[in-house]
Amino acid sequence: MSDVLKIENLHVSVEGKPILNGVDLELRRGETHALMGPNGSGKSTLGFAVMGHPKYEVTEGRILLNDIDITEMEADERARLGLFMAFQRPIAIPGVRLADFMRHATTNVRNPDRKEGEDLIPMREFRKEITTKMKQLQMDTEFARRYVNDGFSGGEMKRAEILQLAMLQPKFAILDETDSGLDADAVRLASQSIAQIGGEEMGLLIITHHDKLLEHNPPSHAHVMLGGRIVESGGVELAHELHANGYQRIRETYPEAAALEMEMQDEEQTV
Amino acid sequence: MATDITEDAVQSPIGEINKYDFRTVSKGVFKAKKGLNAEVVNQISDIKQEPDWMREFRLKSLEIFESKPMPKWGGDIELDFQDIFYYLKPTEKQGKTWDDVPAEIKETFEKLGIPEAERQFLAGVKAQFESEVVYGSLQEDLAQKGVIFTDTDTALREHSDLLREYFGTVIPPHDNKFAALNSAVWSGGSFIYVPPGVEIEFPLQTYFRINEESMGQFERTLIIVDEGAKIHYVEGCTAPMYSSESLHSAVVEVICKKGSRCRYSTIQNWANNIYNLVTKRALAYADATMEWVDGNLGSHLTMKYPAVYLMEPGARGEILSIAFAGKHQHQDTGAKLVHCAPNTSGQIISKSISKDGGRGSYRGLVRVEEGAKNTKCSVVCDALILDPESQTDTYPYIEIMEPDVSIGHEASVSRIGEEQLFYLMSRGLSEAEASTMIVNGFIEPLVKELPMEYAVELNRLIELQMEGSVG
Repeated sequence: MSDVLKIENLHVSVEGKPILNGVDLELRRGETHALMGPNGSGKSTLGFAVMGHPKYEVTEGRILLNDIDITEMEADERARLGLFMAFQRPIAIPGVRLADFMRHATTNVRNPDRKEGEDLIPMREFRKEITTKMKQLQMDTEFARRYVNDGFSGGEMKRAEILQLAMLQPKFAILDETDSGLDADAVRLASQSIAQIGGEEMGLLIITHHDKLLEHNPPSHAHVMLGGRIVESGGVELAHELHANGYQRIRETYPEAAALEMEMQDEEQTV
Repeated sequence: MATDITEDAVQSPIGEINKYDFRTVSKGVFKAKKGLNAEVVNQISDIKQEPDWMREFRLKSLEIFESKPMPKWGGDIELDFQDIFYYLKPTEKQGKTWDDVPAEIKETFEKLGIPEAERQFLAGVKAQFESEVVYGSLQEDLAQKGVIFTDTDTALREHSDLLREYFGTVIPPHDNKFAALNSAVWSGGSFIYVPPGVEIEFPLQTYFRINEESMGQFERTLIIVDEGAKIHYVEGCTAPMYSSESLHSAVVEVICKKGSRCRYSTIQNWANNIYNLVTKRALAYADATMEWVDGNLGSHLTMKYPAVYLMEPGARGEILSIAFAGKHQHQDTGAKLVHCAPNTSGQIISKSISKDGGRGSYRGLVRVEEGAKNTKCSVVCDALILDPESQTDTYPYIEIMEPDVSIGHEASVSRIGEEQLFYLMSRGLSEAEASTMIVNGFIEPLVKELPMEYAVELNRLIELQMEGSVG
């Protein structure tokens, strides 16, 4: 049986404010799902909630990874079970070198039972591996010595996220607008890299506004989110339709969700 | 903001220093009576067979101490000055054994991987002379260049003229109550004189480390870097310092003459019952650069604000200060830059970390005197708070008497980034690993300024603090 990530009737609030209103999604290893929808529809919230950000409170429903309920787990436990999220705006951690951080992360994910203080992957082995992967991603190897996301350009951040994806080899990866803020060439490189890394091995949930990223990663499924719910699912043709025509048809077809979306945005503005 | 607090802060920079005492030459076993009066001060001077001018200096300082009020700023000090031994070195050591050293201190030594003999030595229960040979040859090498590097008591006997010329000139006894106290009862500390044009490439004091017998209570350090000379002095270390006394109050004076450069690095990690009140100040003359690298861990209360007075054009002062406040600790630390001449420049980077209800305060002063045209100064102070029980405050005093200057001030406070934690944890790091990594990153600017062995020890120490296993 292939690995499966299952999201069941997920309701999520942030600081008491409901954002997701019952999301269902099933993602199998080897599949690529596109998650689309206008800004503020809850796409990133879904990503954060699945990854286990403490600010995103699950009020109802659950998340299962291979039938293990991970709804209450800490983010690091989820990561060690094979979950990954590439962030749209990854945070800077001054003073922490990317290589040091990655060596810890890689060790923990490959050896989920590792106790604190136990040995890390031998330096030489790790360096060899990360150098190889950086070259594949056309990254200057000096990059590993820089502080995590500190002073990175938009493109550098995204590439660093993809490098982490490549090192950690998760079972499931959520890519939160990995294409945003990149020029056409950079998107192509990112997109090719993800296809190369992911391939048949991963289940990918690609959150995107554009279909560039999907060119090299043709989705087997596409979902549209509106007002904190997935209102429609389909195949690759749905992704193309939304890219070509926008969300007007969706709003008209699901007036209730569209109204909810308006309401949420109004609230956002008053906050 | 023009309160008496401000005024006091300007007048009296106090801080702590931790410094072990150097071996004093007096062989006699002596124990002064508890408490402080002229008799005790005279006894100290007798034992040390000091010249009259020093005895007078001490007695006058005692008067100043008695007449000065307690500082009204900084942390709360609850001390009974009559309940302290002001001079008792030799006998104290005989009475102290390894068994008296608190368990958490021993544990920290162990976790830091400090060898057994050195542990006992650092805790002040054992004298150790293993490095005598290294130290001896080092001294010879320095002596050939005309460098004087010795303890202050010895310096007073052998280089009395130099001391008489400079002692108490940077920080006079009337500067503040604790400077007066130190001036009255000081003993030990280091004295360094670097002749014109001599550059010492390796950091001094590293070799001294295991040569010092025990930490002193009222150290007095004087460093004179003559024209065009260069020195890096490293004082103290990251190992925990344990003392049965509750008060440590040192005075450190540095004089950087024309075109010279001095860096003074220290990381101090005191036992938790100590009041650590130290005055550190440097005078930088034309085109000279003074750098303080100052790290503080442990103690009950630390008050320490290394200062640079930029006396002549082209002088530069840099202060890098980092404090870690844990349970029941208040780190009141910061820096002072006083621009007294045109075309001077300075930089203050101050970082504090508070954890388990600890309190970190930044207290800093930037003052530009009238006529100090075209001076430049930047202050960056960042606070990192690890839990909701902990606290941070910032008291930046900026006094500008000259319009033609450029002053920058940035301050930031962050809860240990929830976002940073989540980011690292989403990659498989445990919460403990992630917070240690963030804290180590936060202090990285200090660590990279330190000699390797200190940097390694500091990192390990921070990890221990993060585990909460260090009392």
